[in-house]
Amino acid sequence: MTTMSTTTATTTATTAAQADNRSEISLRSIILTATFGLGIMFAAGFAQSAVIHDAQHDTRHAIGFPCH
Amino acid sequence: MLKKLLTSALFAGFGAGLIVAVLQISIAVPVILEAELYESGQEVHYAGVVQMVAPDHNDTHGAEARAADTARAAGEAVEAEPTLEGFDWSRNIQTFLSTELTYIGYALLLIAGMALAARSGVVITARSGIIWGLAGFAAFSLSPGMGLPPELPGAMAAPLELRQMWWIGTVVATIAGLAAIAFGKNWLYWGGGICLLALPHLIGQPKAGGYGGVVPPELAGEFVGMTLAISAIGWAALGLFAGHFWAKDTKQPR
Repeated sequence: MTTMSTTTATTTATTAAQADNRSEISLRSIILTATFGLGIMFAAGFAQSAVIHDAQHDTRHAIGFPCH
Repeated sequence: MLKKLLTSALFAGFGAGLIVAVLQISIAVPVILEAELYESGQEVHYAGVVQMVAPDHNDTHGAEARAADTARAAGEAVEAEPTLEGFDWSRNIQTFLSTELTYIGYALLLIAGMALAARSGVVITARSGIIWGLAGFAAFSLSPGMGLPPELPGAMAAPLELRQMWWIGTVVATIAGLAAIAFGKNWLYWGGGICLLALPHLIGQPKAGGYGGVVPPELAGEFVGMTLAISAIGWAALGLFAGHFWAKDTKQPR
């Protein structure tokens, strides 16, 4: 019972802490992060320049990006 | 805040990428190298099989004998026993770096998704991170892989641009579908989510229009299973690490 209430208290505190945090997360930084991610993914998985393609060859096959 | 998102993604992506790169180089790359022997004609699919069967029927069946001769001629044209190259450092370092890069890219997208959810009050922990990671596996690997299974060199396939478009569309639809199911409040969202998951497969992937790849189907099947398994491990690790770094950087009692 003690354990349970401690867990509940911790969860509540965690929720409160992360909920307080939400206003800190700006939409701008989320969009920038996602844009970086997309940029890297397209360079790694989709760019067709010969140099990039050769370096990425085995990775593209093994990850399952459409290749060749 | 931007710095926190980027550093979390960098650490999580590097950690998961390391696991994936080690698995790829130790089990998937040897299969790619073997497939390249077929692609370049150093190995010929069925050549050995026909040669083994042929002697029993040589005198009675003219057609089979001719087939055997053809296969034997093909066999003689190539090296007697093609051997796999040893550990190619330069090639494997390139694979290592590009796998790390890919997983850092995945991590940036995953962390951006987590941040977006956290803005609406969703709590992210290392444990819930694993579910995020497996959702990423479903979206980036499993669902597109069901239509366009990871290919070995030498397989037949539809035009690249069509496959890339279907692949991207499937990833986007799967992410949207899973998000609608995870965060939707009622059956409208849940039903819509299921429809989105099914949509790319109902439309259907671009097809090669024939079956004539030079790589044995057994090898191709082995490769698909192995790469999906590596992706599942990689994404579970990525979700775990991303959730861990996210929770660690968020002020909360332990």
